[in-house]
Amino acid sequence: MRKTYINGLGCISTQETFDTVFLEKAEINENDTVFAVKSPVYKDFISPVAIRRMAKGVKNGIVASAMAMKEANVTVADAIITGTGMGCIEDSEKFLTAIIDNKEEFLTPTSFIQSTHNTVGAQIALGLQCKAYNLTYVNGSVSFESALLDAKLKIEEQEANTILVGGIDENADYTTSLFRLAGTIKKENESPYKVLNSTTNGAVYGEGATFFVLENEIKDTTYAEVLDIEIINKLDVNEVEVKIVDFLKASGLQISDIDAVVLGYNGDVEFDVYYKLLSTNAFVNTPQIYYKHLSGEYNTSSAFGLWVGAKIIKTQNIPEIISVNKLKKSAYKTILLYNQYKGIDHSFTLISTS
Amino acid sequence: MNKGVAITGMGIISAIGNTVEENYASLVNNRIGISTIENITTLHSEVIKVGEIKKTNQLLVDELELSPDNNFSRTAMLGVIAAKQAVQNANISSINEYKTGLISATSVGGMDMTEIHYYDYFKNEDLVRYISCHDGGDVAHKIADELGLKGMVSTISTACSSAANSIMLGARLIKSGKLDRVIVGGTDALAKFTINGFKTLMILSDGYNRPFDNDRKGLNLGEAAAYLVLESDDIVKKENKKVLARVSGYGNANDAFHQTASSENGDGAFLAMEKAFQVANLNPEQIDYINVHGTATPNNDLSEGRAIARIFGEKTPDFSSTKPFTGHTLAAAAAIEAVYSVLAIQNNVVFPNLNFETPMEEFNLIPQTTLKTKNIEHVLSNSFGFGGNCSTLIFSKSE
Repeated sequence: MRKTYINGLGCISTQETFDTVFLEKAEINENDTVFAVKSPVYKDFISPVAIRRMAKGVKNGIVASAMAMKEANVTVADAIITGTGMGCIEDSEKFLTAIIDNKEEFLTPTSFIQSTHNTVGAQIALGLQCKAYNLTYVNGSVSFESALLDAKLKIEEQEANTILVGGIDENADYTTSLFRLAGTIKKENESPYKVLNSTTNGAVYGEGATFFVLENEIKDTTYAEVLDIEIINKLDVNEVEVKIVDFLKASGLQISDIDAVVLGYNGDVEFDVYYKLLSTNAFVNTPQIYYKHLSGEYNTSSAFGLWVGAKIIKTQNIPEIISVNKLKKSAYKTILLYNQYKGIDHSFTLISTS
Repeated sequence: MNKGVAITGMGIISAIGNTVEENYASLVNNRIGISTIENITTLHSEVIKVGEIKKTNQLLVDELELSPDNNFSRTAMLGVIAAKQAVQNANISSINEYKTGLISATSVGGMDMTEIHYYDYFKNEDLVRYISCHDGGDVAHKIADELGLKGMVSTISTACSSAANSIMLGARLIKSGKLDRVIVGGTDALAKFTINGFKTLMILSDGYNRPFDNDRKGLNLGEAAAYLVLESDDIVKKENKKVLARVSGYGNANDAFHQTASSENGDGAFLAMEKAFQVANLNPEQIDYINVHGTATPNNDLSEGRAIARIFGEKTPDFSSTKPFTGHTLAAAAAIEAVYSVLAIQNNVVFPNLNFETPMEEFNLIPQTTLKTKNIEHVLSNSFGFGGNCSTLIFSKSE
């Protein structure tokens, strides 16, 4: 079976994750419940006319994908596969607000045109003049993993050699206020908002665009090999370990083979038990990593998690700022990522040194 | 040709029927589902016609026996109805007996509820439960829960080609052995959001849509859900399952021309069809019927027609758009047209392209305008969407 390698990364996040090595400039923010992206200089990548027209998710997606392609030293892609939980929510909100406020009159199509979930994938294809396979997944917190799984399948089917895969989500004001109302985002006035050992409900929220160039060959720029991905819609807390054991077994591995585990802790006391149980049992002797205190929670924040995993393998280093249990290992060969959101959309991703 | 992946069940709810049988009866008796909108209060109700399912949300809640404090969007309710039918049609009693997945598709998701309650969320605590039903994934989760399915669940959203891609992914997951069984399809409810969106683009017809007619004026929006059950040949053999038809080919390409308009020569459509033939290992002359995307917008039909002419040359097979029956059901369109393609194969019929009068001046493509009976081995179905997303599926008779 053909193998899948991560050969390039591009990450626009709520931290400085471009023009940096690996989170050396990262800062922990425990005062806000919603983080905003640190924007790149868009005009280095997109024409000024287009910049004005595009929502930030589209811009961030274009820039992150361009960065990943540049790093992987590729100019064409055989497939563009994106994941986004909420889609182009800024434009959706804009159009819906106009419909309601203006009672269905005086509407212009621009924000409707840009509101479809596949806008980022489409705009990247337009920019690259890429007529190849193009798909967008929109299933909450497995949106990105669905894209990753599709990409790996494409490479195995020998349908593609170079694939652009990314996860994009953006915050929009009114939707953010609805998430606060629904308790999805932590309540105000309860700071400091700690992600580990939190005692409150809701998550700290973020946004971002993280892209990967996946290829079937090892190159100078290779970060890691993607060994396997599994998606499960629903699990009870006590079922997760069994599922992980089965998942690893399919790759001929067991829990003791895992050199580091990347967990999706987001500060929601109700659902972080899924991670806590693993932290204190199955992986108690394994270096544990968390990242949503830096990226914030959003449907495709697990793409930021994969970015972290790939960086650990490449640099063979776990920065202090993302370590849960301060354990270290002499080598990081195989890394498991586990993510879920509110007890649904579970994903396991396994990567290793190439 | 390649054997393809077995379809063992299907379910559908659309403006022309609440079951597969009702849909078929409407298709062969010219009973259209295009009407004046009733379930949504909109400024445009007098000037547009839609393919609406004449069931109120309350009626759907009652039919599905949902609790009064449920938070199902209309999109999810339609999806559950169609998916349950499909599973029943495939004679599945124990859904998790095999490695089973659900790949759904939607473009509006729970937008129908968001637009109703948008400002009221802050005024009425009871409504807050609907906030989390907005995103596309919520629809798939609700369907999976109602089916009792535990496994891989995902959702695709590539505008009006969405469900074609979910059928394609499902077939690939079976072929690769990642899943033994997968429920694939799509669902979209009518919403003010899409009605006004297409209205601003000025591609809504004020009358009945007329695909491939020179005087076509645009589309009628519709709502529908349809799901198919795909199963591995191992299951088919082991359980001696009846195979309705097979998914033999699929192709996906991007037009890379414009966010909403199709290129003049239909490059994306051409590439998608070409790829589907490659996967199916079939030649264009083996196609007996094309269920065209045929939205009846000036742009789509011209672009699709040109692409068809490029692929099929002088020998275009019988083709028709079934959108005069159902309206354009967006992310669900490819799924309902997949059901119609299977029905065409099962019953050896070509469904009529209604409302056609005058051939387009750009080319010599005349759709089949009356019901035609003939042997159907292979059906090609096209679906194209905003963002240049073009997808083609080929369905074949199971030997």
